Amino acid sequence: MNKIVSLFCGIIFGIGLVISEMINPAKVLGFLNLFGEWDPSLAFVMIGALIISTPLFHLFKNKEKPLFSLNFSIPKNKEIDKKLIIGSVFFGTGWGLIGLCPGPAITSIALLNASSAIFVVSMFIGFYIASKTN
Amino acid sequence: MNIINFTPLSALTGGLLIGLSVILFFILNGRMVGISGIASDFLISKDNRIDNLLFLIGLILGPSIYTFFSGQEIEISISNSLFLLIGGGVLVGFGTRLSSGCTSGHGISGISRFSLRSIIATITFMIVGILTVLVTNIL
Repeated sequence: MNKIVSLFCGIIFGIGLVISEMINPAKVLGFLNLFGEWDPSLAFVMIGALIISTPLFHLFKNKEKPLFSLNFSIPKNKEIDKKLIIGSVFFGTGWGLIGLCPGPAITSIALLNASSAIFVVSMFIGFYIASKTN
Repeated sequence: MNIINFTPLSALTGGLLIGLSVILFFILNGRMVGISGIASDFLISKDNRIDNLLFLIGLILGPSIYTFFSGQEIEISISNSLFLLIGGGVLVGFGTRLSSGCTSGHGISGISRFSLRSIIATITFMIVGILTVLVTNIL
């Protein structure tokens, strides 16, 4: 059952990225262009997601276990360290250069666009380098 | 500052769906969604590999299902500079793996949990993203 959930949640997430237009790098760069012609739309993506996920997370986090799995797996790392900051700086730079973050990048493979494909392959190379060097 | 192309309603609707996906994945499968985590773990770790693959396949099916039901084509505008695409892609992959999260993992799942780590990561990549666009617009 949890396999079906994984597929279904991926589909819902992907459709959300399409409807919100986060899949469109030009839209994302418009959001990051705070000091120019600014498109604030994507702030509403975050608001929309958080008003659902925040209250429901706190409602369910103390339940004994999830419906189709043995236990909840919640990140335990609380350390504010160099990796967190340096990683976020690198990520922000790449995000600002192209306008794609991991979710929209992978979803945009569906559009059979060469630029998206090059970006996604490079992103996976980045994952691999980070996993080997840390 | 001038405001252009503002589409709050579609942004909010898409955001609600993303929030729904995050919370269903948590309530049903017990995991917090972070796409960089799902994608990089699929590459690197044996744990949950099938689940991670199915989630990624779901993402890629999303646009076709949207187009099938809405009849609307999806248009995007993206750089065609090979240098920027490769550089940007490697930075995004390396950075999100190093900081254990991206826009979804830190920005949505982490902030939902009130994780200070995720709040700091989100503020950092937002500010750096804004500065990067500012600099590329000047150059």
